[in-house]
Amino acid sequence: MTQTSDQAGSAAGTGQDAPGIADELLGFLAARTKSTWEHDQDLFAVGGMSSLFAMQLVVHLEKTYGVTISGADLMLDNFRTVDAMVRLVHKLGGSRASAGATAGE
Amino acid sequence: MTDNTDSTDNNAEDPLVVVGAGVMGTAIAALAVGHGHPVRLIDHSPEACAAAPERIELHLRTARMMGALPAGGRLGRLTTAGTPDAAAGAAAVIEAVTEDPGEKAAVLAELAAAVRPGTLLVSNTSGVPIEEMAGAVPHPEDLVGVHFMNPAYLIRTVEVILGPRSGAAAATAVRELLAGLGREGIVVGDGPGFVTSRLLHRMLNDAIEVVREGRAGPETVDALMRHCIGHRTGPLATADLIGLDNLADSLRVLHERTGDAAFRPSELLLEKVRRGELGRKSGRGFYTYDYEEITP
Repeated sequence: MTQTSDQAGSAAGTGQDAPGIADELLGFLAARTKSTWEHDQDLFAVGGMSSLFAMQLVVHLEKTYGVTISGADLMLDNFRTVDAMVRLVHKLGGSRASAGATAGE
Repeated sequence: MTDNTDSTDNNAEDPLVVVGAGVMGTAIAALAVGHGHPVRLIDHSPEACAAAPERIELHLRTARMMGALPAGGRLGRLTTAGTPDAAAGAAAVIEAVTEDPGEKAAVLAELAAAVRPGTLLVSNTSGVPIEEMAGAVPHPEDLVGVHFMNPAYLIRTVEVILGPRSGAAAATAVRELLAGLGREGIVVGDGPGFVTSRLLHRMLNDAIEVVREGRAGPETVDALMRHCIGHRTGPLATADLIGLDNLADSLRVLHERTGDAAFRPSELLLEKVRRGELGRKSGRGFYTYDYEEITP
């Protein structure tokens, strides 16, 4: 899952474009759950994902976008929809490039 | 096999000792650490001890995310050890080893020898009668059963079993222990499977039989039980969460003690266990868990 992108040219903190993150997350969800999801769909509504899957999302975001999710950010509402996760990655300044840089340490 | 006791520890509270660093032991340890209690986790496997801190950290993050820990609370200290004598000085002991009555009794006997008489001994079991294990310890009045659900740090209600020889002091101590862990205990009488497993396990076993017969697949059985009956998880997903090896062990305990054929482990369940398909913890059971390397 580690991104080995070496596009370190993107300025730190500027983050990645939202459609790119949303597409990547929708692809991740489709691959993991074998079903398709909408960007604004509640993943944890009745019949949806379990709380144990939520931690898989946390780890996925951390690895893919080089962010650390802790404190008040570590709440289920931030992972409830793809849109919410995109907002969180933006807020934390995450990008695939920063994940590559972190992985190289 | 580390026992990183820290002399600068200002935490004067005696540790809660948890024995067995498997699915339940690490989850119970996380629950206690997350509620600020020092925990000493004992497992004879050095690999299990080495892996425990990271597993517990993952449990704690999950618990935090779900709002299941006290807000702003500080964590208790976690230490690990390889032998039961490390239970000496325990505030209370929770045994969470494999659901094998003989092994549980043997471990409880070793733990009882290490602690002060009067120390609360808890067996975390889904169905082994407490009275069966009481014969293995010198002070059976100190022993009670607590059936924690998985994941222990998310499910607030637990089944508490007072055996015929469980004492009043132990009943009080377990109530206080659970209060300190933010759990609500519901007390029931002793007997194979207590209440929850006696009712649940025959249903899980039968759901597996439905799949074996080919009447319906796991997704279909679970969908019906969830959407028609209101079962939150579905029986096959629940079996995967419990762990299929553990479920087979528990069914065997029930079958041997009741003679009820409904508890004879389904051949499909046994076949999955033989293939190493143990459910969520192994990445495959009735479902596939395609989750990288992080299965809490």
